[in-house]
Amino acid sequence: MSNFFKETDIDTSQAEAIVTETLKNCDDGELYLENQKSESIVLDDNKIKSSTYNSDQGYGFRAVTGEVVAYSHSNDISKESLRKSSDNLKDTLKSKKGTYNREIPKTNNKYYENINPIESKTFDSKIDLLNSVNNYLRSKGSIVNQVTANFLGEHKSIEIIRSDNQVLKDDRPLVRFNVSVVLEKDGKKETGVYGVGGRQSYDDYLKDGSWKDVCDEAFRIANVNLESKPAPAGEMKVVLGPGWPAILIHEAIGHGLEGDFNRKKTSAFHNLMGQQVASEGVTIVDDGTLHQRRGSLTIDDEGTPTENTVLIENGILKNYMQDRLNARLMGTKSTGSGRRESYKHVVLPRMRNTMMLSGKYSQDEMISSVDKGIFAVSFGGGQVDITSGKFVFNCTEAYEINNGKIGSPIKGATLIGDGPSILKEVSLVGNDMKLDPGIGTCGKAGQGVPVGVAQPSILINKMTVGGTKL
Amino acid sequence: MIRDQEFLRDIASYCIENSKKLGATDVGVKVIHSVSENVSFRNKKLDESNRADSFAVNLTTYIEKKKSSINSSDLSKSNLEKLIERCIDATKITPSDENNSLPDKDLMSKEIRDLNLYDETHYPNDKKIEFLKNVEETASTDEKIVNTEAGFTENKNNFILANSNGFLGGYKTSNFSSSCVAVSRINGAMERDYEFGSTRFLEDMMEPEEIGKIAADKAIKKLGPKKIKSEKIGVIFDKRISKGILSTLASAISASAIARGTSFLKDQINSEVFPNSINIIDDPKIEKGLGSQNFDSEGVETNSLKLVENGILKNYLIDTYYGKKLNLKSNGRSGGTTNLYFENGTLSFKDLLNSEKKFLYITETIGHGGNIITGDYSVGASGFMVEDGELTYPVSEITIAGNFKEMFKNITLANDLEMKYSTNAPTLLINQMTVAGK
Repeated sequence: MSNFFKETDIDTSQAEAIVTETLKNCDDGELYLENQKSESIVLDDNKIKSSTYNSDQGYGFRAVTGEVVAYSHSNDISKESLRKSSDNLKDTLKSKKGTYNREIPKTNNKYYENINPIESKTFDSKIDLLNSVNNYLRSKGSIVNQVTANFLGEHKSIEIIRSDNQVLKDDRPLVRFNVSVVLEKDGKKETGVYGVGGRQSYDDYLKDGSWKDVCDEAFRIANVNLESKPAPAGEMKVVLGPGWPAILIHEAIGHGLEGDFNRKKTSAFHNLMGQQVASEGVTIVDDGTLHQRRGSLTIDDEGTPTENTVLIENGILKNYMQDRLNARLMGTKSTGSGRRESYKHVVLPRMRNTMMLSGKYSQDEMISSVDKGIFAVSFGGGQVDITSGKFVFNCTEAYEINNGKIGSPIKGATLIGDGPSILKEVSLVGNDMKLDPGIGTCGKAGQGVPVGVAQPSILINKMTVGGTKL
Repeated sequence: MIRDQEFLRDIASYCIENSKKLGATDVGVKVIHSVSENVSFRNKKLDESNRADSFAVNLTTYIEKKKSSINSSDLSKSNLEKLIERCIDATKITPSDENNSLPDKDLMSKEIRDLNLYDETHYPNDKKIEFLKNVEETASTDEKIVNTEAGFTENKNNFILANSNGFLGGYKTSNFSSSCVAVSRINGAMERDYEFGSTRFLEDMMEPEEIGKIAADKAIKKLGPKKIKSEKIGVIFDKRISKGILSTLASAISASAIARGTSFLKDQINSEVFPNSINIIDDPKIEKGLGSQNFDSEGVETNSLKLVENGILKNYLIDTYYGKKLNLKSNGRSGGTTNLYFENGTLSFKDLLNSEKKFLYITETIGHGGNIITGDYSVGASGFMVEDGELTYPVSEITIAGNFKEMFKNITLANDLEMKYSTNAPTLLINQMTVAGK
C-alpha cells in the first residue's frame, strides 16, 4: 500500500491507471513520488545560529519516447494535478510512438536500514553536542577565532509507479556532521574543515567521543595552513594522498564516463571505449552497493538495483555509467546510475561511490622519487569541462616536496589537468586505498546528489599547479 | 496559472495566527507559488519538456530571543498545523540569542512600487519550439559545430512576506530565459561555449539568431588552444566573468563575514580598497531589473547604495541579525545584493586591449578557488592571448592566481558596461597576476 495517497482524493489504483494510460505509447517513464524530511542545526560564533526543519513531498511524472523526455512535477498530489501533468506529457509526445519497456531487474539486497536519523537523536542532545564541539575547540587556545559546526540529517522515502502497476520503493537515511574552525596567529587567518557522514544514524559517527577526532582534524588542517607559504606555479610532479583526493578521479574521468555525454558525443571519452585511457596499474569502479556509504543506493531513482560498475580495468575503458534512457539509446543496460536530486528533477546518469583500487607501491616510495613537486592531502571542491576534458580541484592541505622529502605547507592552490590524458600520467598506484569520510555532493545540471570517492596514494608525473610563486 | 495574492495571504495569516496561539512572541513567514515551463532542444530536435508547479512556505517563530524555522511544500492546513507545532517545540528548547528579532518596525517597506517585474504574457511551448529551432539553425550553420543544445524557460512567481509586527507585502515577478550551448570540433578535439539571455519581459529577449550565432562563434574561436608558459602578466576579464569580482566583493562585505571576522576586508570600511576612479553601486529599484526588489527577504525597505565611492569602501551589506552584532541598522540587504554594478570606466574596449603589448584575455574560469578569509585566489582558466591589441590564439589548461586585496587595487575598467545580469561589470584589466601553465 502506498503512503502517498492517504490524505488525498486519489487512491493507488486510480494513480496506477493514470500512469498506465499516459505511458501506453511511450518507450519508458514512471510516476516518481517522494517524501523528504530534513533538518539543519547550525552552531556559529558561539551561538546556535539556526535550527530548521524541512518537509517536502511531491511527484515527478515522466514520459520518454525516442530521445524525448517529457516531465511534469508538482507538490500537489491530487487527481486534478496528476491529470493535468498527464495531459501535458501526452501533448509533448503526441507525434511520437514507442513501445513500453517493462523489464526492470528486482533485488532483495539492502545497503542501509530504514531509520529516520532526525528522530533517532533528540534535539537537546544535538544542541548539547554542538556546544561541546564549540567548547572543546575554543579550549585549544586563543588562536581559535571562529567555530562553526552543524548537523544535517534527512530521511527520504520514494515510490516509483511504472506502467502496468509495477511499484518499487526505497527508504533512505542520510546524515552529515561538519566542523569548521578559523585560527588566527600573527594577523594571519586560516580555515580547517572536516566532516563525517553516511546512511546511518548520527551516533554511529559520533559515539565514544569520536566527534573530538572530527574537531582535531579540522584544527590540525587550519594549524598547518597557518604556516603555509605561497604555492609554486607551473608544471610539476604531484603526489596525492589516499581517500578524499579521489575527487580528482570524480572530476577528471568520472563525469566524462556518464552515459548522456557519451551518447551525445560531447564527452572527451566518447570514442575511447575499449582503448587504453590510463596507465596499466589503474582500475576504477563506480560502486552503489557499499554498506551505508553516502553514495550508495539500494535502487536508483528509476528503480534499477545498483551494482559495482567497472569503468576502467588495468587502464582499459570498459563501461559508461547508464540510466535507462541512455542505455536504451546506446543499446546497453542501465547500470543503476539513474539519479535525481528530488521529484523536481529529471533523471540523469550520475556517479555513486567512485573508486580507484589499490596498487602495490607505498606512499614513501612515491615521495622519495620526487625531486621537485607537491604532496596534496586534502581538497575543497573540483569542476570539469566535459567537452574539452579540462578539470580543476582546489588543495586545502598541501606541502612542497624537495629532493624526495616533504617540506613546508603551501597555500591553497588550484590544480588543473586534462581528463583523457591525466590517467596516463599516473606512474605509481599506492597500496593504501581509503574511502572518503562521507561528505561529498556532486553537482550536475543544477542537481546536487550525495556521492562518495576512494583512492590509494598516487604519483602523477606532470600536472599544472596554480600557485603565485614562479 | 499562478495563484493570486489573496490565496497566499490567507496561508500566511493562518501561520502567524496559529504560531501565536501556540506561544510564539514573534513570527515571520513567506509563502511562494511558482510555475515554470521549460523546453529544450538538441541537434534541432525536441529533447525535453518540463513543467514545474511548486508551493513553498518558510516559517520562523520566535519565543522572546529563541528562534527556529520550518520549510514545507505542502500547504494543506493539516500539514501546516503539525509543522507549526513542531516549530514551536523546537523554538522552546533552542538556546536564546540576544540578536534574534524581527526587523525594526520603522525600517520596514511602506509602499510597493511597481518596478515592472511582471509580464503576464504566456509564451506557449509551440512558440518556444519555434524560437529554439531558429537558435539551433543559426548555431549549426558552420560545419565545425558538431553539437548544439538550446533551451527556453518561462517562469512566473508570486509571493507574500508577512510578520507579526503587521508587515505584509508581496508581488508577482516573471522571468524568460533562453540559452544555447555549441560544441565545435577540429582534428578530434572539441570545445564548448554558450550564450544566454534572461529578461523580465518576453519582448526584451534577444533574437534567437543572435543567441545561436554568438554561441557558435565563441565555440569555434576556442578551437586548437595552446598551453602557455608560466609568467606574470596583465589579465583581462571578459564581461561574462568580470562580474565575478563584484560577487567576491559582495561576499567579503556581507555583515555576516564582517561580524564573524572572516573577511579579508574586515576593518576596511572607509579605506581605499579600489583605485580612486572606481564606483560600485547596488540599486534595487531599476525598472525591469533582474535583481530588482521592493524590500529585502525580511521586508526591510531597500534603496540604492554606493558600496564603493572613489575607490573607498562605504557600506557593508547588512541584515537585521548581523546588523545588531555590528551595532548597525539593516540597509535592506538580507538576501544579498540586488542590481550590483561597476560604474563605467573611461577606456574603450579597444583602447584597453591596446594599453600594453601583451595580455592574457580570460573568457572562462573553472573551480571555486576564491578564499574570502585570506583573499587568496587561484582558478582554472581559458581564453586568448592578446598581442598588439588583437586576440591572437586560444589558450587553455592554465590557472590564474593572486590575492583579491592586490587584485582590487590593480583594476582598470573599460566603458562597455551592459545591464544583462543582476550583477554587471564592464570588461576589466587586472595588472599583473600569476599565470601557471607549462
